Amino acid sequence: MSEYIVELKNCTKIFPGVKALDKMQLSVKPGEILGLIGENGAGKSTLIKVLTGVHKPDEGEIYVDGKQMTFHNPNESAAAGIACVYQELNIEKLLSITDNIFINKWIKGPGGLLDYATMHKKAKEVMASLGQDVDPTKAAGTFGMGVQQMIEIAKAVLIDAKMIIMDEPTSSLGEKEVEQLMKTCRDLRDRGIGIVFVSHKLEELFELCDRVEVIRDGQYIDTRDIKDWDNDSLIAAMVGRSLDNLFPKEFGVKGEVALKAEHLEEGGVLHDVSFEAYRGQVLGFAGLVGAGRTETMRAIFGADPLDSGKIYINGKEVTIKNPAQAIKAGIAFLTEDRKGQGLVLGEPIRNNLILANLKGFCNGIFLDQKKILEAGMKNIESLRIKTPSIDEIVGQLSGGNQQKVVIGKWVNTDAEIFIFDEPTRGIDVGAKIEVYNVMNRLVKEGKCVIMVSSEMPEILGMSDRVVVMREGEVKAVVDRDSKHFNQESLMKAAWGGTLDD
Amino acid sequence: MKKNKLGGFSAYLGTLGALVILCVVLTIASKNFLTYSNIMSVLKQTTFTALLSTGMLLCLITAGIDLSVGANATFCACMCGMLVKNGMTNPVLLILIALIAGTLIGLINGTLLTRLHLPHPFVSTLGMKNFLWGAALLVTGSQMISGFPDGVMALGSATIGGFPVSFIVVVIIYVIMHILLTRTALGRSIYCAGGNMEATRLSGIDSANVLTFCYALSGFMAAIAGIVSIGRSGICNGANAIQPYDTDAIASCVIGGASFMGGKGTMFGTIIGALVIATLRNGFTLLSVDSAVQNMVLGLVIIGAVLLDVTREAMAAKARRKEAGAKA
Repeated sequence: MSEYIVELKNCTKIFPGVKALDKMQLSVKPGEILGLIGENGAGKSTLIKVLTGVHKPDEGEIYVDGKQMTFHNPNESAAAGIACVYQELNIEKLLSITDNIFINKWIKGPGGLLDYATMHKKAKEVMASLGQDVDPTKAAGTFGMGVQQMIEIAKAVLIDAKMIIMDEPTSSLGEKEVEQLMKTCRDLRDRGIGIVFVSHKLEELFELCDRVEVIRDGQYIDTRDIKDWDNDSLIAAMVGRSLDNLFPKEFGVKGEVALKAEHLEEGGVLHDVSFEAYRGQVLGFAGLVGAGRTETMRAIFGADPLDSGKIYINGKEVTIKNPAQAIKAGIAFLTEDRKGQGLVLGEPIRNNLILANLKGFCNGIFLDQKKILEAGMKNIESLRIKTPSIDEIVGQLSGGNQQKVVIGKWVNTDAEIFIFDEPTRGIDVGAKIEVYNVMNRLVKEGKCVIMVSSEMPEILGMSDRVVVMREGEVKAVVDRDSKHFNQESLMKAAWGGTLDD
Repeated sequence: MKKNKLGGFSAYLGTLGALVILCVVLTIASKNFLTYSNIMSVLKQTTFTALLSTGMLLCLITAGIDLSVGANATFCACMCGMLVKNGMTNPVLLILIALIAGTLIGLINGTLLTRLHLPHPFVSTLGMKNFLWGAALLVTGSQMISGFPDGVMALGSATIGGFPVSFIVVVIIYVIMHILLTRTALGRSIYCAGGNMEATRLSGIDSANVLTFCYALSGFMAAIAGIVSIGRSGICNGANAIQPYDTDAIASCVIGGASFMGGKGTMFGTIIGALVIATLRNGFTLLSVDSAVQNMVLGLVIIGAVLLDVTREAMAAKARRKEAGAKA
């Protein structure tokens, strides 16, 4: 018997023109949590897909319990005990939890009919063992992301998985759900299951993992016990160079109030929200998921209707009833869901870049293709969008490059107030820094930047002032030079505590 | 850009090829096919479907559908018939009333979708189709009406040296629509609204108005088609409202490269699609194919076209996956 339950050795996978994996290796012991980290494009997805039988490696071996295996399809990998919880969950939202858990593994009673009584009972048991006290007869879609993810994990547990791969499981979860997930991971580990935990968030790795493996450009870099890693060494291993500063904050000159919100009210969502955002500054919005930050921004942008409240731009009251009016007033809004709300994925870069300012790119009634091309090429260059051509379909770009296209779309509107909602979610370290540099450039040009972020280090690293929200209300406003400008104080406010002066 | 245009043209090679093969087969099968008068009658036949396909294409691009186009065209014709029967003879007024009626019906379709938030236009326009069928029979008293003034007949019947004027009108409309779709902000908005409605709205484009425009235009085109049908047959017949005109239009668009998922489709592809359908129907008549068999073959063509669409999507997705996999 080998020390490892799953071992991948010398694995090479070549796609036409690209070596996606180059002598990759990975080994997981029973009862451990192995962190897997690498920049976007490092080969994590391919590695996962090789392990789950989606891709067949060109070279290399996979051992499960010391026995060499070849997977021709995901079913064979699952039968061998390898399960994966993908970032995009495979949940049938309209079906019950039981149906989701037992899909394709139905328990049949005498006569071949489905035995729901047994299945509900088992579903309830397995969900309870994952710390979820839920009614399994209810539709999966009625539960939050946290529970839906647990349903996926329950599926893995039910097939007696020896190893569970979790692909960025925390990216769509709130703080409490993340805690619950970590607890579940530790429980599973204690039951002897090996877990591969893929994450972009270093602090999660440090909190949860026993060992961490770093990969880069399709190659294995290093695996160490967690105590032998620190922030700097992990990042250095991941990017191949040391990033002196994760947050290259530069300061603009504080100018006039660009945007002022007064007593914003939206039934059950926002209550008496007031704040001011200045030119030449980044105003951070901190808070827990669901604190009403995105809702505030959507209301200001006219995407959702306000019940009452006033909005001033450059000191003048404005009425904003729809996004078109907001854009006219000089507001740009980079939504947190860039695929669902920011981009038309099937259209080329060229068209996405002009979407928010079609009129500005018209000559008479016709689109000015020359102007569009010039502006587009300028965007691609200044934002460093990595693409073979301006006519590339946006859906084919990596997350970071997609985000840059969204930024380009708004830069092309000549907006004065830029609202960035979770601008670095799901993009790699290098692309993050480029997004920060765009913010730096904007504030230096005297524009006003508002950044909603759930990443406390990002808030502290990039903001000049921070508004902390909780349950639809503004709980605190903290300046960069205040003694409260630190993680503890901001978290305290976000959890409902009050900050003394 | 050049590469793009070339790539765009090659996308039609399959459809063009199908049309050519169809023509070759029919030329061999029937000595009457490749004659001037028969080709002209194919073009006449194309006109009606091509007009309905114009609006249908716009709706398909927005990931919607307009199942009421055929019934709308019939209803507009019947409106004219009713007015003629009641003694109205001014052709300008008759045409104007038909156009307004058709556009208004399209506007209602659009409003149901965008302002009253009916889920998919499949349901609302299907309802509208049935309503118009009944309305067409009601205004005509279930009678065929003839005796239209020449001014109304002209669009569908006039020819220049045997060449149908209505087809020239179609070509002009298609050129204008092509420019609208590819060169104007509205055209881009239509494609983008089809690709991602919410992102388009949050980019400051009034998606609801864009969609309403598409359905209103579809109604307008249906009205023109209705007038053309009067000229071609000399009569209006309310019972025609349930003829499979809508499916012909959908088939034309899909054969021409439109997708039910929205965001795709061109005027050029659609006219080829309409020609394919018209040529098929013409061939059936020349070869005296039993009408039951005609319907079966056309049904299969439509299924085949959708299958083609799905296969195309799957192939594109596979190519994307390969590329994405190569990048990862």
